[in-house]
Amino acid sequence: MRADVVLTILGMAAATYFCRAGGYAVLRTFGLPPFVQAMLRNLPGPIFAAYVTLALAKYGPLGLVGALGVVLVQRRTGSLALSIPSGILIVWLIGLLLPTEG
Amino acid sequence: MTEPAAGPYKVSFTRAGMLRGAAAGLPLLLGLLPFGALVGVVAAGKGLSLGETLLMSGIVYAGAAQLLSLELWTDPPSILAATLAALVVNIRMAPMGAALAPWLDRLRGWRLWGTLATLVDHSFALSIAEQRRGGRDAGYLLGVGLLLWVAWMVCVGLGHVLGGSVRLPPGHPLYFGGIAAFVSLLVPLWRGPRQDMAPWLLAGALALAAHVLGLPQPFPLLGGALAGAALAAWHEARPPPPAGQEDGR
Repeated sequence: MRADVVLTILGMAAATYFCRAGGYAVLRTFGLPPFVQAMLRNLPGPIFAAYVTLALAKYGPLGLVGALGVVLVQRRTGSLALSIPSGILIVWLIGLLLPTEG
Repeated sequence: MTEPAAGPYKVSFTRAGMLRGAAAGLPLLLGLLPFGALVGVVAAGKGLSLGETLLMSGIVYAGAAQLLSLELWTDPPSILAATLAALVVNIRMAPMGAALAPWLDRLRGWRLWGTLATLVDHSFALSIAEQRRGGRDAGYLLGVGLLLWVAWMVCVGLGHVLGGSVRLPPGHPLYFGGIAAFVSLLVPLWRGPRQDMAPWLLAGALALAAHVLGLPQPFPLLGGALAGAALAAWHEARPPPPAGQEDGR
């Protein structure tokens, strides 16, 4: 194992455990201003929205079609096991039908 | 401010509770498989060895954070970028522990800190539902978390082995699975246009603008996410309009 990779993983693990356990300890001991608590409660949606926007901007229109398919399947079935493969399948099939430029 | 529930609240921590939690978590394995396998494939694609991938999955054990950190992965890796990405994605778990306080406040030592190490979105969701049904066995939370941890290690390991042996070219449709996973995760988070439309749009637009302006990751993501969350919190804090007055005055 490379030392820099292990150090990076340890950094990720420390940050994650801080969120899990430190979050509980800090919130229970000191409490946080209601606005900050509300921000923490509302963070998941904006995080993934920001990530998906950046990723789709890089991926292009094909990604948008795939993402739309994922949303439809996820809404209909509520199953990640179906929606994720559906998105891959849509992107793969359209990629086969539309040869890439250049 | 957030004191434990008043009155007698007996909480146990039994093996039976753990088994019940593990049984409740079984249907989730179907959803875990492609996500875990994908993390393994992406990790292999980024050049992480099987040992490094399993170490990450074992001690980080947070799919979305792992995937995001891997998407941002460079060679040599940036400790700051990966740690910040994990922090930004996982900070949502901080209030989960507080919400589970009626159980957690009654635990001590490894039962408390070990259980918290296995906390994930799904074990939180199942345990809150169990708590609201009147469940008093905190072993339930650890049971779900441990089952998902073992399954996570197996799925990521399999994904790494398969991804490493297949050697997918960059741009292969399978990698769209990373985006698809986050899109899928957004669907159950959507509470409706009134609550989520503006914060999500702001988050996306700001992240994109910061990226276009050339800010390095994770700042576009962090800035977008925090701005969106702040807008949502501000919206939540506004007093509701008085009955009969649509938009107030």
